[in-house]
Formats: sequence, structure tokens, C-alpha cells
Amino acid sequence: MRVLDVTALLSVALIVRVLYSLRREHIRVEYSVSWLAASLLIFILSLWPGALRWLAGIFGVSTAPSALAAVAMGVFLLVLFRVSMIVSELKDNNIALAQKVAILEYELRGQRKPGPRDFSAGGQAGH
Amino acid sequence: MSAQSPATGPPADAGVLLLIPAFNEGASIGAVVREARAVLGPIPIVVLDDCSLDNTATEAMNAGAEVLSVPHHLGLGGCVQAGYRLAYQLGFRRVVRIDGDGQMDPRDVPRLLAALESSGCQMVIGSRFVDSDHDHTSFARSLGIRFFRIVLRPILGRPVRDPTSGFVAVNHEAIELFSKSFPLEYPEIEALVVLKRRAFQFVEVSCTFRPRLAGRSSITVARSFYYIVHVLLGVLVNILRFERHRWR
Repeated sequence: MRVLDVTALLSVALIVRVLYSLRREHIRVEYSVSWLAASLLIFILSLWPGALRWLAGIFGVSTAPSALAAVAMGVFLLVLFRVSMIVSELKDNNIALAQKVAILEYELRGQRKPGPRDFSAGGQAGH
Repeated sequence: MSAQSPATGPPADAGVLLLIPAFNEGASIGAVVREARAVLGPIPIVVLDDCSLDNTATEAMNAGAEVLSVPHHLGLGGCVQAGYRLAYQLGFRRVVRIDGDGQMDPRDVPRLLAALESSGCQMVIGSRFVDSDHDHTSFARSLGIRFFRIVLRPILGRPVRDPTSGFVAVNHEAIELFSKSFPLEYPEIEALVVLKRRAFQFVEVSCTFRPRLAGRSSITVARSFYYIVHVLLGVLVNILRFERHRWR
């Protein structure tokens, strides 16, 4: 079962990569959990033919590696969707923040002491 | 309403704010602001600079407008919403939005405001198709307008001639609503559904649009498909959020 050896190796590589990124603070702990759980699941299924055959039976797939591929795809699609949700929330928050900054800056400018531009316009802030 | 009026606050009598969203409109924004100032008198004009790469902000300031600059490019909806938030915070009762490309004639603004007053609606749209079907409109845009007229008819429960018009006047109720909930990327059509969500009303006033002074429309044939899918999804999401509808 060479395919399963490869997926086992790949999942170990993924786990190592995520742990390394965690240590370097390139990924936050809360977002590493789904990647670690997903790769751990793939790793276990790769090394445990019994569980994989059981899964293949459920899906009605004759070859165990195909079942693993299907499971891996499903799991990583879920992880990716979660990431999209996080990105969307971040974008919403970021836009609200940008609007707030713009408004605060606008109001600060209105309260500022007259600058050179305002003096040339007759010493009046604003118009 | 929190009318914490700093130096830039509204004059007590008028309460009308003119918002002009602009992205890379340096070639036309000065003329647009000066024309609006000449026609409308001393009303506050705020140009919403969506992080333009050109001299839009400077041109607008030199022409006598205030400038609200967002720290990074937000897209039209995010930029316009910043303007509605500003209007809400400063306590403005009415907001008129025109584009920075000179297509809209500020002489139409008093008619929009009068319609806002007399109709009792929350929003008035300056529409380019109310009387005639020929105007300065690209083929792609007019196709999109026709498509969304058909789509929006059953959703809004009434016909709308120009759902993509960026020439609108809104009252304090719509200002408050839009300051909290406004579509981000292609806002005009979805904003109608946002209004409908709260059972707010709008009327259309016929306006003549002029050829743009400079630059070109952001709507091209290539982007139209993405635009239509994006807006349809946005409309659908807003329908699901109708406050009167509860399916559970």
C-alpha cells in the first residue's frame, strides 16, 4: 500500500510544518487546531487499514486509498471553508475599523489649530 | 440622535450634507465640487476619497470641499457607508449623494430634496430612465439595468426605473439604517433591498445625466457577469434577512 505510506508521510510533514509555524508565531493556536486535527486524522487512517476499510465500506468504495482521498478532501474543504469565514469576519471588522479611523481623523482635522493653509485662507479653520 | 457638532458640524438650519464618493477622479472632482458649491450655496460638501492614487483629495480640498479619507481602498459601498456614518454621527437629517465624475447635475438636488420632503419616503433616486430611454449610458450598463428591473420588480413589489443610479437623497431614517447596514461592493441595487428589509419606501425623480467629465465607467462588459452574480447573491442574502419574514 504505497499510496498510504505517502499520505502518512505527507500528514506527518504537515503536522511538523504547523508546529514549526506555531513556534515561530506564524499561525495562531486557535487556527492551528483544525489543521492539526485534520492531518492527525489522515495520519491515523493511513496507518490503520482496518479503520480505512470500514470507512471504504461506508462510502461503498472498493479501494481503501480512494476512501482516504475522499475523506482527506472533505476534511480539508471544511478547514478551507472555516478559513474563508475567518477572512470574511476579519474583512468586515477591518472595513468598520477603517471607516472609524477615517471619521476620527476627519473630526480631529476639524478641531485642529489653524495651520498654514488656514491662515492663507484668512485664519478660519474649515470654511 | 447624537449631534456632537465639532468645527465641521452641520449648520443648524440646513442639515443637508452632500457626499461625493471618489476614486481616482482627480481630473473631474474639482469641477464637480465647484459646480455644486455654485449651485447649492454654502452646504457642507464632503468628498469621500477611497484611497485614490491620484490627486483627488487635494483637488477636492482646493475646490472647497471637506475630505474624508479612508486609510485603504474599501470599494464604493464601504466608502459611501463611511460617509453615512459620518452624517449620522454629526447629526445630519438629510444626505444627498452624487458621483465625482460630473454625470449628475447639482441643479437636480433641490428637486430630489423637495421630493424627499413631499413624498414622506426615506429615499429619493435621481433616475436617468424615468422619462426617456436614451441617455448617456453604456450598453453593458443599460443591459444590467434592464435585467435588474425585472429581478427587483417582485422583490420590491413595485417597478424601479434606474436601480443602479448613484444619485440619491435620503432622510435621517435611511441615514441611520445605512450607517449600520450597507452593501460593500456594488451598493446601489442591494441598498434598495436593504431599504425594503425595513419596509422603507423610495420614489424616483427623472434626471438628465450628462457625459462624464473624465475617466471611464467602472462597469465594463467583462465585469458585468461577475457584477450580476455578485449583486444577485447580495439581493438574495438581503431577502433572507427581511425582518417581516420568519420561517422558523
